Amino acid sequence: MKKYEYDVLVIGAGPGGSMAARYAARHGLKVLLIEKRPEIGVPVRCAEGISRAWMDEVEIEPQEKWIDAEIDGAKIYSPDEKSIIKLSAEQAGNEVGFVLNREYFDKYLASLAAQEGTEIWLKSPAVEIIKEDGYVLGAIVRRFGENVEVRAKIIIGADGFESQVARWAGLNTVLRERDIVSCIQYRITNIDIEENFTHFFIGSCAPGGYVWIFPKGKKEANVGIGVALNKLRSKGEVKKYMDKFIEKHNYLKKGSIIQIVTGAVSTCPVPKKIVDNGIMLVGDAARLIDPITGGGIANACISGKYAGEIAAKCIDNPSKECLEEYQNKVKNRWEKKHLRNWFVKEKLAELSDDTLNKLMDVVSKENISEISVRAILEAVQKKYPELIEEFEDLL
Amino acid sequence: MMNVDPAICNYCGACVGSCPVNCMFLDETIVRINEDKCIKCGFCIRACPVGAISADWWSE
Repeated sequence: MKKYEYDVLVIGAGPGGSMAARYAARHGLKVLLIEKRPEIGVPVRCAEGISRAWMDEVEIEPQEKWIDAEIDGAKIYSPDEKSIIKLSAEQAGNEVGFVLNREYFDKYLASLAAQEGTEIWLKSPAVEIIKEDGYVLGAIVRRFGENVEVRAKIIIGADGFESQVARWAGLNTVLRERDIVSCIQYRITNIDIEENFTHFFIGSCAPGGYVWIFPKGKKEANVGIGVALNKLRSKGEVKKYMDKFIEKHNYLKKGSIIQIVTGAVSTCPVPKKIVDNGIMLVGDAARLIDPITGGGIANACISGKYAGEIAAKCIDNPSKECLEEYQNKVKNRWEKKHLRNWFVKEKLAELSDDTLNKLMDVVSKENISEISVRAILEAVQKKYPELIEEFEDLL
Repeated sequence: MMNVDPAICNYCGACVGSCPVNCMFLDETIVRINEDKCIKCGFCIRACPVGAISADWWSE
């Protein structure tokens, strides 16, 4: 078997992997980034909505080539679609700003990694982890059909939702049923949609998740759905929910589907352990997804940067004690927020359409800029006093 | 016996990441299943967005 040696091996060339490779290479490390697919950014597994706020932090300059639409805000529709909550980009937080073209975006990030000296292999899945004396020391990589041994001082697992690297290395990223959201998305063309807004539909149309419509420029949009696994009973049910939603909305039904995207996201709190001797996890592989929105691109890029920098710091001592600095940075940044959003997600998933309709009726009539949990609950109490009991535990 | 229908499968890995015992592996365009490790929980069957996975032990 051929043998290769690097300082850092990054497994998976999505946003998290490319950013990890970029920052590790910038600090002078010899970095290999491997991707099992024949093309970076393809196939897309994403709704492609992001905010613009975090990009400076990870030194990404927005490029026309990978921006399909600029978004001014989000609209959230009640189950009966009679109430609409309109949020500006700032209020909507993470998931508005741009609708990306991930095919170009991912390639762009890989090119940033390459500019710093990262070597990239395509059609090269990791098939096994090399572990000796409690240390991850590399991986067996099937490079264009040939198994080769890649040794590295530090491995960065950036293999997305599948998160095989973590499990091979003995890190527990196993998800509970309620924290898995199964998704399907159609790109629909030749439809009339509001170009500068993202649209979200909640309630029984997508139990434990939501339906999204993200414009991809003129007359085209990503129309997708996520449903929580604990709400799914039968085979192929997610697609049935999606098709039912489209059937009920004439403006979507009139269009033509030119792409089908499938995938799943995690909606769990931050795992206890995302590092061990010789290994760190980033992005979706580390389950760094916002449990309410399901958004993970920004978190992948930021955690990738952290991991790349810590790799440089710990390269002569890649023990878990040293790499724990990465884990601490991740926890300081997301642990509290994701736990809070996980609780809210759990609550929202249990509300009936009727309750959501009433709640959103009240909220949509308030001035959203002044809204707080207390203000919402006071308004709800005035109009629908019988509902307050359901929310007592949120106070 | 489990079966992944290649005519339906979109190779997205939703099943792989959902498997609680890690007995599935997405080998580019083939989903491999280690049935000795499978606990027949049905997570993968329900998590598959397009319904590509079936098993003789699965009933709805």
